[in-house]
Amino acid sequence: MTSVRPARPSRPTLAGREPLIDAHAHFTHAGAGRADWADVNAARFRAGERIGVTYHVASVLGTWGFSSPTYFPSPDDVRRGNDAMLAICDAEGDRVRMLVTVNPNYTERALAEIVRCVDRGAIGIKLLASRRADDPLLDPIAELAGERGLPILHHIWQHRRREWPSQEISDGADLARLAQRHPTVSFILAHIGGGGDYMHTFPAIVDHPNILPDLSGSGVDRGMLDEALAALGPQRLLWGSDLTMETGLAKLRALDAIGLGVDDMAAIRWRNAARIFPQGSFPRCGD
Amino acid sequence: MLTDFNTLIGPYPFRYVPHPEPDVLVRVMDRELIDEAWVGHLPSAFYRDPSAGNAQLYTALAPFASRLRPVPAIRPDWPRWEHAVGTAAAAGAPAVRAYPPQWGLGPGDPRMAELAIAVGERGMALELTVRFEDLRQRHSLDVAGDLSAAAVRWLARAGDAVRLVVLAAGRDLIEEVHWGLTPAEQARVFWDISWIWGPPEDHLAKLLRTVGSERFVFGTHWPLRLTQTPRAALDLLPPELAGIKLAGAADVLRGSPVKR
Repeated sequence: MTSVRPARPSRPTLAGREPLIDAHAHFTHAGAGRADWADVNAARFRAGERIGVTYHVASVLGTWGFSSPTYFPSPDDVRRGNDAMLAICDAEGDRVRMLVTVNPNYTERALAEIVRCVDRGAIGIKLLASRRADDPLLDPIAELAGERGLPILHHIWQHRRREWPSQEISDGADLARLAQRHPTVSFILAHIGGGGDYMHTFPAIVDHPNILPDLSGSGVDRGMLDEALAALGPQRLLWGSDLTMETGLAKLRALDAIGLGVDDMAAIRWRNAARIFPQGSFPRCGD
Repeated sequence: MLTDFNTLIGPYPFRYVPHPEPDVLVRVMDRELIDEAWVGHLPSAFYRDPSAGNAQLYTALAPFASRLRPVPAIRPDWPRWEHAVGTAAAAGAPAVRAYPPQWGLGPGDPRMAELAIAVGERGMALELTVRFEDLRQRHSLDVAGDLSAAAVRWLARAGDAVRLVVLAAGRDLIEEVHWGLTPAEQARVFWDISWIWGPPEDHLAKLLRTVGSERFVFGTHWPLRLTQTPRAALDLLPPELAGIKLAGAADVLRGSPVKR
């Protein structure tokens, strides 16, 4: 595993000098079946340096569909992906943190994988769409997360109306039921801009303070950020980019245009993440 | 001069959109350093007859004529559509909009080709919208579907006069159209960058390298999407593409040759 690391930029960062944690990032690897995998990883670092990302909190989703489906990865592919992620953390330890990916349909393998990767530095858990978010199969994973103080980033399709191919979709209401069963665990609700109707999500989770949505996703609807702030407040939101870093930068600029105060902006940029991840996870943020 | 080729005023039928008024658009343009905008009337896409919407558009934009240029909607299966083209030209419209999926006009419809030629012969472009929202969030009544690549190719092949500005397209559709046309046909098509992904996938960078920057124009898709997005995508281009120039209004209206 090699990681192409561009030279540090001489230009000022586009999103300012304050700490910035990308709570929803991904990397890929040689086993994912695409020749440009290293370019994609390098592009994330390039854009992260340009934006001013202090830490990429990232996961690898198995083989990204190459030898098992992205959202239903086989246990072996889960391990391969996590091994790739561990290698990236080893090489880029000053700016990358790991979420360990698991498939909850394989309970014992999933629990063992969490322990293996957390012992090597992973700071949270990534759940895809292999099982609906309120399924009892997720309980052992959430219990382990509670014991270890790990937040869980759960893939979400905002407002689940019907089944779609390739993933067992979950929405805010599904995640709320899991969060209610595990009130001491922090859940990151994935990408309010990542598809579906975010206006359904906000009331679905408002009464569950252990759910923090991240702002990532390609969706940049005007009004989305305003509604998120109005419904949940800045203490419940995490900045992230997922697969589109330009929309992440646009959302930071939009939050600035909204007129968010310095403290509220810092909460979204990094303080909320520092609060829910294990203490000391982000030393370059002063954590 | 920076032109935003993809803006609209007026409410959207399937969700609340904050402040879709022209004076707000001008304030946003000031903040984002955008000089001029081509502006359509959002509700007209969903009217059976967009004529009344066009009248509202002309009236609403009149106080901002130095910055906001009207782009009326004209459906070519409606009686006297040719008259509406003449009205648009007389009003100084740089383009007209058409919404084939919303109006039930499929790929290969000869009436759409007639419209594309008619507006082109009057020195105007035809603006086509691939989508208003992400497929995954659409209202259950919003069943028109996305504009297809086949529909764009059909119109690009309609004649030399045709000038198309395709809005809200992604990489797959752009490539499917571009590489399915002759160089002469490619030169009739421009793409706004409002929905094209930046890093880490770098779709915009790849398209600028392969299709050519002269085929792309600046667009925000205001008021539906954050105005900051296309500039962020340009700011995050790889260093070798930093500062690259996109096509402007003059390039679109006179047609710019394909350089590759």
